[in-house]
Amino acid sequence: MSDGLLPGFSDAVFGAQGCFRAILAALSEPGTVHALGGDLAPPAPLCPAAAAVVLTLADPDASLVHDAGPVADAFLRFHTGAPEAELATASFVLATGAMPPLAALTPGTDEIPSAGATLVVQVESIEEGEGWTLSGPGIDGLRRLKVTGLPDDFPAQWAANHARFPRGVDVILCAGDRLAGLPRSVTLAVTLEA
Amino acid sequence: MTYSYAFLDEATKRMIRRAILKAVAIPGHQVPFGAREMPLPYGWGTGGIQVTASIIGRSDVLKVIDQGADDTTNAVSIRRFFARTAGVATTTHTAEASIIQTRHRIPERVLQPGQIIVYQVPMPEPLSRLEPRVVESTKLHALADYGLMQVRLYEDIARHGRSASAYNHPVMVNGRYLMSPSPIPAFDNPKMDRMPALQLFGAGREKRIYAVPPYTSVKSLDFEDHPFDPIRAPHPCAICGATDSYLDEIVTDDVGGRMFVCSDTDHCEERAP
Repeated sequence: MSDGLLPGFSDAVFGAQGCFRAILAALSEPGTVHALGGDLAPPAPLCPAAAAVVLTLADPDASLVHDAGPVADAFLRFHTGAPEAELATASFVLATGAMPPLAALTPGTDEIPSAGATLVVQVESIEEGEGWTLSGPGIDGLRRLKVTGLPDDFPAQWAANHARFPRGVDVILCAGDRLAGLPRSVTLAVTLEA
Repeated sequence: MTYSYAFLDEATKRMIRRAILKAVAIPGHQVPFGAREMPLPYGWGTGGIQVTASIIGRSDVLKVIDQGADDTTNAVSIRRFFARTAGVATTTHTAEASIIQTRHRIPERVLQPGQIIVYQVPMPEPLSRLEPRVVESTKLHALADYGLMQVRLYEDIARHGRSASAYNHPVMVNGRYLMSPSPIPAFDNPKMDRMPALQLFGAGREKRIYAVPPYTSVKSLDFEDHPFDPIRAPHPCAICGATDSYLDEIVTDDVGGRMFVCSDTDHCEERAP
């Protein structure tokens, strides 16, 4: 069955619940990294964390745009039922390769900022304790987060995204079975190493 | 008959989970959601229950309080509801709970990182008495135009010499959104500021969810020359002697007898001799 449809969560209820709590912790405490564990084995090029996030949150009421190719598309559409959409209107955008510019996604409106998109990005690695300096809601003072695999101008894109608060895009960074969150409320500064 | 885990079907949980995540990303902003009919009437915590049902898992330990008490009808029945439909452990001890669902109080014991407090909210819109049109109050939030509320506060002070709201005193969250703290006593408002626990709010009838992430600024609305100054009954608790907890006044007979006791029953039991 190597070319067949791969299974989703072995336990749909608790797979999704556990993954949701990891996402909730990641977004309410930006810069913390959370390992999902679990047994989700998605088709390439999806990493387990990114696939789990999409399976947990997308459904027929929440559209999905991704760049992961036809095999992953069959997997994601079958398990979520999420409809396709244009990049500019999608609720969820999953980037396994180069991420689209944050400005290309819907930020919602001043009256309905909650309509802003969620961008799920697969990166090479995420590590606590070094790299960017984050501050804002969910952070007691400052927190450090190092991410490799994002475009060089990501901090500038993030500054523009944060500046239009309460409108904006929220980002979930995924590497392997680990994830971290960047809600639009957070300020990101590139730390100058001594 | 078997229920879906934690009563709600998975599609409903996903919808509520998406709303909770957006609420966390925009602290204090009310996110609309498709509240379901629950097996209890509006006003008994339908919003809080739906939030709790969407986050709870088998390893959680749930505490439910109603006005600070673990042993009132509302608290007992909601605790039993989740013990039955979600198979979770329940507790009355604040320190042991991973999720605390509350009606109108914040426990006296300082909440810790990793804990989640879920508030039952009857009216999520802080401007509703001043601007009943939702279309208009939505615009005021978009513009961060909260002059109406400052004027109400000013009129309170001009008439009564102090802010007249003993409970549900409005707060500014993260310097951006005016938010209803739910009808907690003003005494509890300072506990919301930079609380280490995640605060989630569910309003079932009004179909709104909002949130305050940990360590987020929550400032009770006031004026420089009339700083926020919540009232506490000037008595020690008649049971445990606490002088720093919020008190309930209990009428003990029909000839004017009364006693003041801690509203937070767990806090009082831990302290009582």
